[in-house]
Amino acid sequence: MIFFLPILVFTGILVALAVALTVAERLLVNYGICKIDINSGDLVLEVEGGQTLLSALIESKIFIPSGCGGRGSCGYCTITVVSGGGAVLPTEMPFLTRSQVRSGVRLACQVKVREDLEIKIPEELLNVQLFTGTVEGVRMLTHDMVETRFELKEPAEIEQRPGQYVQLQAPSPDGPVFRAYSISSPAYETGVIELVVRLVPGGIGSTYAHSLKKGDPIVLTGPYGEFRLSEDPDVEIVCIGGGSGMAPLKNILFSVCERWPDRKCRLFFGCRSARDVFYLDEFRELAKKNPNFRVIYALSDHDPEGGEWDGETGFIHVSVDKHLEADDVKRHAFLCGPPPMIEAVMKVLEEKGFEEGDIFYDKF
Amino acid sequence: MGEVSPLVILVAAIFTNNILLANFLGMCSFLAVSKRIDTAAGLGAAVIFVTTFTTAINYGIYHHVLVPMELTFLSYIIFITVIAAFVQFVEMFVERFSPVLYHALGIFLPLITVNCAILGVSLFMIIRNYTFMQSIAFGFGGGVGWTLAIILIAGLRQKMRYSIVPVPFRGVAIAMVITGVMAMTFMGFAGMVTIQ
Ligand SMILES: Cc1cc2nc3c(=O)[nH]c(=O)nc-3n(C[C@H](O)[C@H](O)[C@H](O)COP(=O)(O)OP(=O)(O)OC[C@H]3O[C@@H](n4cnc5c(N)ncnc54)[C@H](O)[C@@H]3O)c2cc1C
Ligand code: FES
Repeated sequence: MIFFLPILVFTGILVALAVALTVAERLLVNYGICKIDINSGDLVLEVEGGQTLLSALIESKIFIPSGCGGRGSCGYCTITVVSGGGAVLPTEMPFLTRSQVRSGVRLACQVKVREDLEIKIPEELLNVQLFTGTVEGVRMLTHDMVETRFELKEPAEIEQRPGQYVQLQAPSPDGPVFRAYSISSPAYETGVIELVVRLVPGGIGSTYAHSLKKGDPIVLTGPYGEFRLSEDPDVEIVCIGGGSGMAPLKNILFSVCERWPDRKCRLFFGCRSARDVFYLDEFRELAKKNPNFRVIYALSDHDPEGGEWDGETGFIHVSVDKHLEADDVKRHAFLCGPPPMIEAVMKVLEEKGFEEGDIFYDKF
Repeated sequence: MGEVSPLVILVAAIFTNNILLANFLGMCSFLAVSKRIDTAAGLGAAVIFVTTFTTAINYGIYHHVLVPMELTFLSYIIFITVIAAFVQFVEMFVERFSPVLYHALGIFLPLITVNCAILGVSLFMIIRNYTFMQSIAFGFGGGVGWTLAIILIAGLRQKMRYSIVPVPFRGVAIAMVITGVMAMTFMGFAGMVTIQ
């Protein structure tokens, strides 16, 4: 008995504290049902108060982009809060510019639903869906690049535009997180989504993508991205990329060649060395079938002993400079790759007479 | 200690026996959150709230449960549990009524749980055999003293952003030095009142 008394007393006190806390939680953290008005009455949601706006929206099947799983460390989940969001929190400040703060832009994962809210979301995001599927095939493209194809199950089809991306759900020690990957399969293949992922050592999402095997179930949301390809077949397409920036370019080129076989398009792609080259055969094949398409690869660190190479060498902007005529036809350029590459290519393109509005880029 | 007025204990806890500057308890969050006056004051307010109420609860539990049952050896673990639960409560409270402060304090709000100043206040209350009113005064005064100290230091650190501090001293090092100087200054209050 003498031994039990301390245990009993201790347990009793713990239980009393737990009860007191539960009661306090009921009284303090109960916000009741709150209304969320989206785009001035287009859609009105009724959600449980007390959760974050991001989870309230996800619960209602509105998938805001989010990279970090709501921890406020990626800054992707921006939306505009018109009223009811409270003050901007210090955790949001690093991701918002002054003018964004003034116009009410917030991080959805940091805003708590405590009262009725009025928010604005780009129309596009309302079309984003949650897809489940299975891995249909995996192909190592180089030592650190993998091409993964997913067969969509529910819903079974996706309507995407070249240049858009999906968010792949990856498990992490702190719960599921999402990572953005551009869709590399052309828009006309509606039943599959193909991604090209570079392995980032220690990275959560890319390690997960590299660990997937045929038949594994996957979850992703999409499509995201407001980019629209010009529908005018007289506008030439110039794609320039490097490293992991291949995916959106592949989608653009294959989609364009399918839809407008006479449209002129080109690809400039930079790799380090011969062992980093991928998709060259596929593009050569495409060029054979489609005389309006031309492809140029360049190696920046070509080592003559590291493998055969009969193409260009040097940085990709040098090849662009060499092979792209200064022309006055209307052309659109799509750049996708590491920031220094984008900057160097931008300079070359401006010299070739591209206007700022005709250059689109994604820094990876 | 039945004869000392709670008011004397209150004054002593703030000035002569300042828990931070005389006992150097609660240094961790003190050094981390003393960069800006407003967050320092916010954390201070939370600490005052927690010390006052936990001394009261702990007093009740100690004198009415542990002493009669001869279980005083449980006091450490029970005091900590009470503090932890109470901090949870304060967290909910702050989050509800001041989200901005909640996010500014960040991790340091739940970390009040392991702020040794708060356990220290409860333990001093036992060691010095305070009565209930004395305990409350001591708990409240201890919190106010800690807050006073952190606000003073935060003020200095805020000003110090514009002064040229030798490189090896930047950050926590200079904060420790000014805390030491501040502690010596507070010794000037020593003769005012004395408690144990
Ligand atoms: C619109 C868009 C499209 C994209 N398309 C593609 C694509 O087609 N192909 C592609 O490969 N990538 C693409 N990305 C990049 C991709 O989303 C991921 O950022 C990338 O795969 C790395 O994610 P990860 O989860 O593997 O790495 P993360 O886990 O995010 O880590 C990235 C790096 O940071 C380090 N790190 C992580 N956490 C910490 C921490 N707490 N402290 C210190 N260091 C840390 C890791 O070690 C790693 O080096 C795209 C990104 C965007 C925004
Ligand atoms: S989800 Fe990453 S910042 Fe909001």
